[in-house]
Amino acid sequence: MKGYREHIGMAALLLGVFALLGTALVAFTYERTAERIRANERAVLLRNLHQIIPPERHDNDIFHDRIQVHSADLLMSNEPVTVYRARKGGRPVALALTTIAPDGYNGKIKILVGINHDGSLSGIRIVTHHETPGLGDAIEKARSDWVDQFVGRSLKNPAESKWKVRKDGGVFDQFTGATITPRAVVKAVHRALLYYRANRKMLFDKPPEHKRRQH
Amino acid sequence: MAETPTYRSVAMDGLWHNNPALVQLLGLCPLLAVTGTAINGLGMGLATTVVLAGSNVIVSVIRNLVRPEIRIAVFMLVIASLVTAVELSMNAWFHDLYKILGIFIPLIVTNCSIIGRAESFASRNTVSRSLVDGLSMGIGFTLVLVLLGAVREIIGSGTLLSGAHLMFGESARDWVIHFNPDYPGFLLAIMPPGAFIGLGLIIAVKNVIDRRIARRQGVALPDLATQGGGCH
Repeated sequence: MKGYREHIGMAALLLGVFALLGTALVAFTYERTAERIRANERAVLLRNLHQIIPPERHDNDIFHDRIQVHSADLLMSNEPVTVYRARKGGRPVALALTTIAPDGYNGKIKILVGINHDGSLSGIRIVTHHETPGLGDAIEKARSDWVDQFVGRSLKNPAESKWKVRKDGGVFDQFTGATITPRAVVKAVHRALLYYRANRKMLFDKPPEHKRRQH
Repeated sequence: MAETPTYRSVAMDGLWHNNPALVQLLGLCPLLAVTGTAINGLGMGLATTVVLAGSNVIVSVIRNLVRPEIRIAVFMLVIASLVTAVELSMNAWFHDLYKILGIFIPLIVTNCSIIGRAESFASRNTVSRSLVDGLSMGIGFTLVLVLLGAVREIIGSGTLLSGAHLMFGESARDWVIHFNPDYPGFLLAIMPPGAFIGLGLIIAVKNVIDRRIARRQGVALPDLATQGGGCH
């Protein structure tokens, strides 16, 4: 004679109860944290955006004035890329988009590129990368000022043939012992500028889209 | 398991004699991956401690309720739910640190020391003993993470406590100590091999200390070669 505790149904029931309790805990925590996490992510993004497009240059809600674009050949991403537009008094000032350098030393380097309306760079920041610590990671603003040399550059400054690292006959510095990383970044930024030149009107004129309502 | 362990022996086991990182060699994956700085180690260690203590208490509470056939599944449910809750909380309250520790926070689920303590201790001991065990194991793990992180940070970057503001707020930004402003950095210490070498040295130091103590007390130590095991 088996007691109720040995019955297989009891085991299933117990397991079910624990699954329910576990899910309840996760759901409860999610409810309590979701708002804060969204606010955090937004704050981080705004902090990054404001590093390349200072807040005093625009008066619109840059976070919501955004569109999604596709460009597998120039922005190197099969996923939609979000473009944030900065305007002052309704006039376009600059935009920020993320592009990918697929040829980093250790895979993809994700770069946030800020482009002024006139086609010059307002700044770039590395978002994520897997470059060698101590060598390739000098592309991070926290580690060196290397990214600052892009400010003010455009497709005409320098000329097309000079959009390279010095080692390849261009104008951009490389680091001692690491050429592949800067080379990949320079190429990716150049491609982003090409994309901007070809799509400038659309990038600023397209009405903002909201994938989901945010508060 | 004939006699009930005293609280003192439970605590000393976690902190020293049976330290998860130095003796059981459990949880090496996060241990080696995130200890580039002392603060990263501290964040990871505290998150693990919360999960260890929480899972030990819950497992101990339900130890007479759960049948042996489904206990592992139930333990995993408990641990996975706890880790997800901790992950969400860190994302909400320590967002920048969360981004640095990245994938290793959800991977606490796979830290063998947690299911190990649930199975070998919490499922056989009272709630209060299990809590002490979870806390001391977690703190023992945290101390090793912080120590290894500090050693790697000092040798690799020439700083200590960099990134303290990630855990303690903006006022902690100045806590960082620069030993030498022109320090060129020592790449090996920051990269994974530095973690292995550093951990090996810390284990060696612990064994030396253990031997000294044993010799003074005239007790023979168990053969070190019989220890080991471990998992990622």
